[in-house]
Amino acid sequence: MRRAALLAATLVAASMAGGTARAEPDNYTEAARGRYLTVLGDCMACHIGPDGQSLAGGHLLETPFGKISVPNITPDNDTGIGRWTADDFHNAMHNGKRPDGTHLYPAFPYTSFTRMSRADNDAVLAYLRSRPAVENRVDRDTLPFPFNIRLLMAGWNWLNFTPGEFRPDPQRSAEFNRGAYLVEGPGHCGLCHTPRNLIGGDRDSEHLQGGALQGWFAPNITADARLGIGDWSQEEIVAYLRTGHTDRTAASGPMAEVVAYSTSQMTEEDLKAIAIYLRERGAAAPPAPPAVSAEDPRMRAGEAVYADTCAACHVGNGSGVAGMFPRLANNQLVRQDDPTGILRVVLQGSRSVATPEAPTAPAMPSLGWRLNDQQAADVATYIRNSWGNAAPPVTPDQVRKMREVVADRPG
Amino acid sequence: MSRLPKKDVVIIGLGWTGSIMAHELAQAGLDVVAIERGPWRDTASDYNIGTAPDELRYAIRQDIFLRPAQETLTARNTPDQVALPIRKYGSFLPGNGVGGAGVHWNGHTWRFMPTDFNLRSHLVGRYGEGFLPEHSTIQDWPVSYDELEPHYDFFEKVCGISGKAGNLRGATQAGGNPFEGWRSDEYPTPPLKPNLAQNLFHKAATELGLHPFPLPGANVSTAYTNPYGVRMAPCTYCGFCEWFGCANYSKSSPQTCVLPVLMRQTNFEARTLSEVTKINLAPDGKTATGVTYVDSAGREWEQPADLVLLCAYSLFNVRLLMLSGIGTQYDPATGKGTLGRNYAYQTNAGSLGYFDKDTHFNHFAGAGSLGMMADDFNGDVFDHGPHGFIGGANLACNSTNARPISSRVVPPGTPRWGAQWKKATVETANHTANVGSQGSSYSYRDCYLDLDPTYKDPLGRPLMRMTFDFKENELKMSRFIVDRTAEVMQAMGAKQVVKNYKRGPWDVVPYQTTHNTGGAVMGNTPEDSVVNRYTQHWDVPNVFVSGACLFPQNAGYNPTGTVGALTYWALDAIKNRYLKNPGQPMVQA
Repeated sequence: MRRAALLAATLVAASMAGGTARAEPDNYTEAARGRYLTVLGDCMACHIGPDGQSLAGGHLLETPFGKISVPNITPDNDTGIGRWTADDFHNAMHNGKRPDGTHLYPAFPYTSFTRMSRADNDAVLAYLRSRPAVENRVDRDTLPFPFNIRLLMAGWNWLNFTPGEFRPDPQRSAEFNRGAYLVEGPGHCGLCHTPRNLIGGDRDSEHLQGGALQGWFAPNITADARLGIGDWSQEEIVAYLRTGHTDRTAASGPMAEVVAYSTSQMTEEDLKAIAIYLRERGAAAPPAPPAVSAEDPRMRAGEAVYADTCAACHVGNGSGVAGMFPRLANNQLVRQDDPTGILRVVLQGSRSVATPEAPTAPAMPSLGWRLNDQQAADVATYIRNSWGNAAPPVTPDQVRKMREVVADRPG
Repeated sequence: MSRLPKKDVVIIGLGWTGSIMAHELAQAGLDVVAIERGPWRDTASDYNIGTAPDELRYAIRQDIFLRPAQETLTARNTPDQVALPIRKYGSFLPGNGVGGAGVHWNGHTWRFMPTDFNLRSHLVGRYGEGFLPEHSTIQDWPVSYDELEPHYDFFEKVCGISGKAGNLRGATQAGGNPFEGWRSDEYPTPPLKPNLAQNLFHKAATELGLHPFPLPGANVSTAYTNPYGVRMAPCTYCGFCEWFGCANYSKSSPQTCVLPVLMRQTNFEARTLSEVTKINLAPDGKTATGVTYVDSAGREWEQPADLVLLCAYSLFNVRLLMLSGIGTQYDPATGKGTLGRNYAYQTNAGSLGYFDKDTHFNHFAGAGSLGMMADDFNGDVFDHGPHGFIGGANLACNSTNARPISSRVVPPGTPRWGAQWKKATVETANHTANVGSQGSSYSYRDCYLDLDPTYKDPLGRPLMRMTFDFKENELKMSRFIVDRTAEVMQAMGAKQVVKNYKRGPWDVVPYQTTHNTGGAVMGNTPEDSVVNRYTQHWDVPNVFVSGACLFPQNAGYNPTGTVGALTYWALDAIKNRYLKNPGQPMVQA
């Protein structure tokens, strides 16, 4: 109402008056460009502050080497990055180093951000400086020995890291190159979707072929039709990234955050570029295993569990319900070699993402309490080997181990 | 008491009407807070498919309903009796928590007939003044069917109602209800698939010259995206509908139709486990200044607001007006005063049919709104002249469920326990069907609501007292209807038909229906109504009232469709007229 409008105008005026200490008023274009780059980089997913709005950091990010606390990147002088210069910021993004020369850990994806230009990094910093400073002191030394020795990263970088800006391929279309920049640079898709070697570096030969993380499995996103996105149309990829929901699937787990904070806010052109790049960059996946026979006792048992427990929503023929309950028939996500994803969802349940275009966000309930290890394994085996799917059978032992994973990660 | 920053709008209760009001007004840019007595509830965490189909928890122990300890009423049949408190809800079951009764309903979503709105003038015109029952206080609604039609249509689209139109802009449609008011559009989703009972009813009713059609239901039959962008999935006929939250996103409710978009609005806030105790008035008594509420820790808060919307359950809207001293209490002795006047209910009865052992009804493959209907004896479709009563009912053959605890039909004369009972249960199970009816309940001078002189709630406020009984007109109407249901049942091939006539006096114990209407009725003058035609309070123009308490009398249909239409009708007036001139009455008394 009128008073609310007046209040809003006052707030805008106040923020502009205070702005001289932060963003220059004529810096608006630069800061706005930086804001969009933070969307592309999904900064919020990791750096979200205790207030749920700022980038004040503080939560613990799970890595195979221990939990690492996420820093405050608001412009607070004492607890954030208020004292950082543009050179400092670029050095962090491009080389993975802090202003004092010590190493950052690659949970901060400088291995991808190094592809970003100096101009982009300056814009990101301009945006971060335009935001209110939030005081939130974060204990940065949470990793256990020996990983708490930052100097180790010098050797890690020598083995796993090649700094350098993105270079477009002149043989390819502008859209392909834009997509490549987004996926390999700010989007840092490989951080989750590329498998890791023993010391946590990318297995470059298996780039984007799917990786385990945080008790989930980030699926193959190469153009392989069996396991990757080769069977997805450009429109479907765009719709998935924009809304989080398609006939085939619903974004949940860590990807729900990616869609909520990043891809749902990207421009249509950028989503299209990502789809074009992923579809054209090539296919890679191991060959298909033979499907488990429908006569196999595990399949028969799994079919019975499916009829009782799953078919009401996912339908007897695995078709699901468009935009609500994922299709299981001919679905890459259920037939990844690693069954972590399907077992996690069956045992713990999962809430899909809500976006402006798909606000419903249906949830998969936890069924771990009513299926024993054998039943959960059998139903997973059945889903992974029915309606056009073929994947290695799931064992009760895998389910038992997944229960431990889930127990460590409640809700 | 702590005073909170002022809001543009405070909404009391976050059920169907509260969530719709909140969403539309927040979208219009207003700063809105809803205060809800019960807990937050959503499909994913509270109506999870792994735990939702639990008959003992939800249907028997009434898990999601209002507890008498939170609020109850005293009840009596006539003004000369002493009312006693309802200590266990039975005859009706109000909801509790976000979503309200919109969570646990069956989903029957009707439009009242055009003649239900101009009821008094229509009946007097056709039969004469003397034909109306003695001491009846029926009156015309201040809105017409034509005015409500676009709002019925939009509410149906928000819900995704499944059904088949019988009258599209005046053109009769095969397969639909030929007696319904005109519709501007077909139903959003097709009818549910009939089970055996519906098919038998359809055939029998057709043979008897009736006009059967599928029940319009808030159980969507196909995947559906509503005008707000919220998605629903097709009903799975699981048989856990009434008294349960839907786990499949198939039953229309605030949760499945409105809350996903409402909760994304940054200018909306829901405060749960907080009970509004009073609407506060300015010293002149003509303007509400906001509300007072008590949170779950017992702390008292004042929430100032420019606009106060009463969106609690119909009975509790009436009580809150009484407790706040807004309006004049109705007095049956003098007929003066309007608050609490014209309380009415619903007159339901039917016939039960026992079939041979080769007839398997499989009602367990059911849905709250899976039914076949006939409206040939509803409203004033038929000539009442020879019958000596007014009103009517729809005939319904539903397959809602065959849940194991409650679905234990045995023939008359069977012992209530022991070997004979078990044997009869086995022999009868799956071989019975019911033809029921939702009958009209008209208003009478001595059926009303007021504050009880004796009994108080935990906060020391008087309970509301309900004085109600079924009157001879309604019982006569219902006897006529039950005879019709029995004829259909006979034609369906039942080997034995048991007629269950409605009998007085009204009893608070057995469940009948949660269709409590009136008490804060809408009307054309302050002498016969609490609110004007835009649901705006006559005395306090920045207070609006929602719900079935607005009905001057109840028709032969479930009320929710009309409650939804009235909500959008009121919103249209609030957004397009009231807000341009806030605080002013939209109808001059």
